[in-house]
Amino acid sequence: MRSFGAIAAGLAVGLACGGGGGGSAERVDTGEQPAVPAAAAEASAIQGGATVTGRVKFTGAKPSNPKIDMTEEPECKKKYTAAPTLETVVVNANGTLANVFVYVKSGLPGSAKYTAPATPVVLDQQGCRYHPHAMGIMVGQSLEIKNSDPLLHNIKAKAVKNRGFNISQPRAGMTTTRTFGAPETMVLLECNVHGWMSASLGVLPHPFYSTTGSDGTFSLKGLPPGTYTIEAWHEKYGTQTATVTVGGTETKTADFTFAAK
Amino acid sequence: MTRTARRMGAWAVGVWAVVLIALLSALPIRLSAQGTEVERGKAVYEKWCAQCHGEKGDGEGPAAHAMLPRPRDFTRALYQVRTTASGELPTDADILNAINEGLAGTTMPGWKTRLSAQDRQALVAYIKTFSSFFEGASPQALDFGKAPGGGAEAIRIGRLMYDSIGCQKCHGSAGRGDGKSTAELDDDFGNPMVAADLTQNWLFDHGGSVENIYRTLRSGFDGTPMPSFSDLIDQKFLTEQELWHLAQYVRSLSPEEEPSVRDVVVAARVEGGVPTAPDDSAWAGVDDYWFPLVGQIIRKPRLFTPTVTSVRVQAVHNGDSLALRLVWHDPSESPDPRWLVYAQKMLNALSVDEAPPPRAQLWPDQVAVQFPRKIPQGMDRPYFLMGTGTEPVYQWRWRSEPRHAEEGTARGLDRWEPQPAANQELGAQAVYDRGEWRLVLTRALATSDTTNDLQFAAGRAIPMTFFAWDGSSGESGARAAISTWYFLALAQPTPARVYVAPFVAIALTLGLGLWMVRRANDGQGGRGNRI
Repeated sequence: MRSFGAIAAGLAVGLACGGGGGGSAERVDTGEQPAVPAAAAEASAIQGGATVTGRVKFTGAKPSNPKIDMTEEPECKKKYTAAPTLETVVVNANGTLANVFVYVKSGLPGSAKYTAPATPVVLDQQGCRYHPHAMGIMVGQSLEIKNSDPLLHNIKAKAVKNRGFNISQPRAGMTTTRTFGAPETMVLLECNVHGWMSASLGVLPHPFYSTTGSDGTFSLKGLPPGTYTIEAWHEKYGTQTATVTVGGTETKTADFTFAAK
Repeated sequence: MTRTARRMGAWAVGVWAVVLIALLSALPIRLSAQGTEVERGKAVYEKWCAQCHGEKGDGEGPAAHAMLPRPRDFTRALYQVRTTASGELPTDADILNAINEGLAGTTMPGWKTRLSAQDRQALVAYIKTFSSFFEGASPQALDFGKAPGGGAEAIRIGRLMYDSIGCQKCHGSAGRGDGKSTAELDDDFGNPMVAADLTQNWLFDHGGSVENIYRTLRSGFDGTPMPSFSDLIDQKFLTEQELWHLAQYVRSLSPEEEPSVRDVVVAARVEGGVPTAPDDSAWAGVDDYWFPLVGQIIRKPRLFTPTVTSVRVQAVHNGDSLALRLVWHDPSESPDPRWLVYAQKMLNALSVDEAPPPRAQLWPDQVAVQFPRKIPQGMDRPYFLMGTGTEPVYQWRWRSEPRHAEEGTARGLDRWEPQPAANQELGAQAVYDRGEWRLVLTRALATSDTTNDLQFAAGRAIPMTFFAWDGSSGESGARAAISTWYFLALAQPTPARVYVAPFVAIALTLGLGLWMVRRANDGQGGRGNRI
């Protein structure tokens, strides 16, 4: 009962902020690659501090992602000019890999405590796909889940360290807000009505994370001086780590390379 | 200090000492009582639960690999049947409810009559220790309120909700679990799962009443694809009453009472031709008989979780021909390539007899009706599992692809010989409609092949049993849903003597009686003998 009050309050905030704009009928022109924004500026509003930046490169033959048959959902199918595909491996034109979640795995001072921003992370269901496909969020920060499709989606979060959930949004314009109390990489999101829909969510106790976009770059800003283990996670190619030592306001580069399997 | 004061002081010290000792000794007793409850629960768990749920509570007991759904992994604290919000832990009452009642349609039995109340309470305490999520948690049950009045209008609104919310996507437009999304469903652990057949509420995991359906809609089934719909109410997209009407509509899809078995299918006698089409209106007036089916687990390879769990049977004859109508539910019309991944998952999950699991193929749907080759005189019947080499059985086998029905002889599960084409006399028509197969098999009562074909006769109890296969679930050969021997009886027209005989008997008795009285009176000279 009390949790409903919290959700209702969160929804009121969510609706006031961004819930009204859903349900647009824009065409999502995907072709082979879905439109992915460049590395989003996520929660790194720390004044001063060092920066670790880099690119996630992809080598080898670019795999073709299976096509999605949306015949059973004409409301979604009509939003695409070319047949949409799964987003398992999205290789950018410049040979970099999108949807790689890069974050500080260890190295922050033990006493450091970071407050979750008040602005929510928005997950949109549009054209029977999740936007974005991979993202990060801070412990305690709101995840605002929107349905921009005029049909039933259920949103299942599969988590081990957090409590998962499975909620439904049968109407366009619905917004539901959830939060996660424990760090976890990664919480998996899926729709069971549309089995091709999936997204990944990295929950962290600090703001030093970044998801690569259409240019394959990431940027972790505002780091206190120290030696850090940076991890890059991809849903198919797994994880890689790099160790970087930074101090002052310097910028260091750490690149990752994933190879086709 | 005076002597009195000293005595009072001593008393005071004494009283306080007693109080202190009592308090101190009560504490460890209470602590060990709690400790004892968890210990007691552990002892009960290891005796009765660990075989399925595993000693570590992770659902990996030795019996688990033959079960779908798998036994619950308590270490994840993902509970299906609850009264709490989606993602929330169950209340103690929820866990106790699952222990008491079991989960219908799964291998979890109810323990209410098998374990004492203290044992069951102790189990709740012990099971919670498998996950640290329970520490310090106090999950709250949702406030469900009460069901509003039902009736035709409520059900009509419920149906509107069913369509507009999108239930048919998984549960199908007739609620039989054949929705377009159902082939891709799985649980949180990657095990295959299909949407429930809403027309068989006695198999609902949470129970089949309107209240239980409503609770499922509100809390969702954690660990499965079934979501919670509570947010719709919170965000005022629909009212509690409308969701109750949806629950009432879903309830209306199942019969009032759980069907029961009647052992003898009576084939009513009709005039004219027997109906050969499954949707012939003549069938509407014919009594139907319900029979359960279970997985074949006697001979390897075994089938533990069949798709087809029951069949409805109707029969008519006209003295020359017999028509048998079978209706069963199957979410897939096999063969169907969209179900191949599901079929492979089913084989992977349940193939305890074959390693590696067989490769899924595009198997058809099938059904078999089995009889002895001759109507037995007494109660002797051939071996129910497709006969033996020494006593074969006569079967009608129907297959969805290529669409075909044939007669043949079975000498055990893996020895099936269809009769030569020239001798085939079985007619068949089938319809697949939104998760339901309807099939009519027809044959003349008497055929020329008296050795291999059962000759039907009215007024006799003819043993009959059924088999079914869902190709899209990986079912074929010995991996079949099976039944036990029931009977078919062809009704005879009532002979005229049944109506005439009572009158004749009355007339005879009356006549005889009058004659005896007359004789008695005559013997006394007609005066009567008054005493």
